[in-house]
Amino acid sequence: MLERLAERELTVSELAAPYRMSLAAASKHIQTLERAGLVKRTVRGRIHYCRIDPRQLERADDWLRGYERLWDIRVERLRELLRHPDNHPADSK
Amino acid sequence: MPTSASTDRIEKQITLDAPRSRVWHALTDVEQFNGWFGVALQAPFVAGATVTGKLTVKDYDHLTLQVWIEAMEPERLFSFRWHPFAIDPSVDYSAEPTTLVSFTLGDDGDGTKLTIVESGFDAIPASRRAAAFTSNSAGWDGQVKNLQAFLANGVVRQSS
Repeated sequence: MLERLAERELTVSELAAPYRMSLAAASKHIQTLERAGLVKRTVRGRIHYCRIDPRQLERADDWLRGYERLWDIRVERLRELLRHPDNHPADSK
Repeated sequence: MPTSASTDRIEKQITLDAPRSRVWHALTDVEQFNGWFGVALQAPFVAGATVTGKLTVKDYDHLTLQVWIEAMEPERLFSFRWHPFAIDPSVDYSAEPTTLVSFTLGDDGDGTKLTIVESGFDAIPASRRAAAFTSNSAGWDGQVKNLQAFLANGVVRQSS
């Protein structure tokens, strides 16, 4: 759903169509995405339009950057291990 | 999607002050790997092998890590697949796509140029990314700090 929303704004029924899911089920799924802050819904007349909330996607990207920090720490630890002469494999093998 | 390039992969390029043979051992000798990674994997790394073990980072030591070893090209390329941020023990991640973690080694003077790439995040279901995001946006810093403390001292401050 998010991939299709990335291209343009879609109505709830347009979003539901390819999945053969009921409007109610689609609406529930969209609510989950709304709660996660990834999708924004606006109501114009009787039609619900959905679009990606770019500000929130930026936060999702921040989340990956947070995950990336784990790698930064692991890299530091790897450097530390390589500095330690006891860990030289030539001595142990 | 304009952000897809940055949301699908993480790339780290570093220069290590050690020869390639030594870096290779630090990466692929399971005991050395366990030491810097914060895990207790139980079997040697061999291409095609599935290796499991508990995390050894406090507060996360109830979690089991599973990696599928892919490439083992001595002193050149080491790669494995895993489920990234599989941190909820009540969730069965086995049906979900994995990300690929690769370590590529090259020469850099007397040292080693190491490129670490983790890719495939865009294939992780949006619902999982969203759930992982919402459940961790508050606790993420805590997890990073815990691991940092573990790696620095081997001891982790009790956070609760």
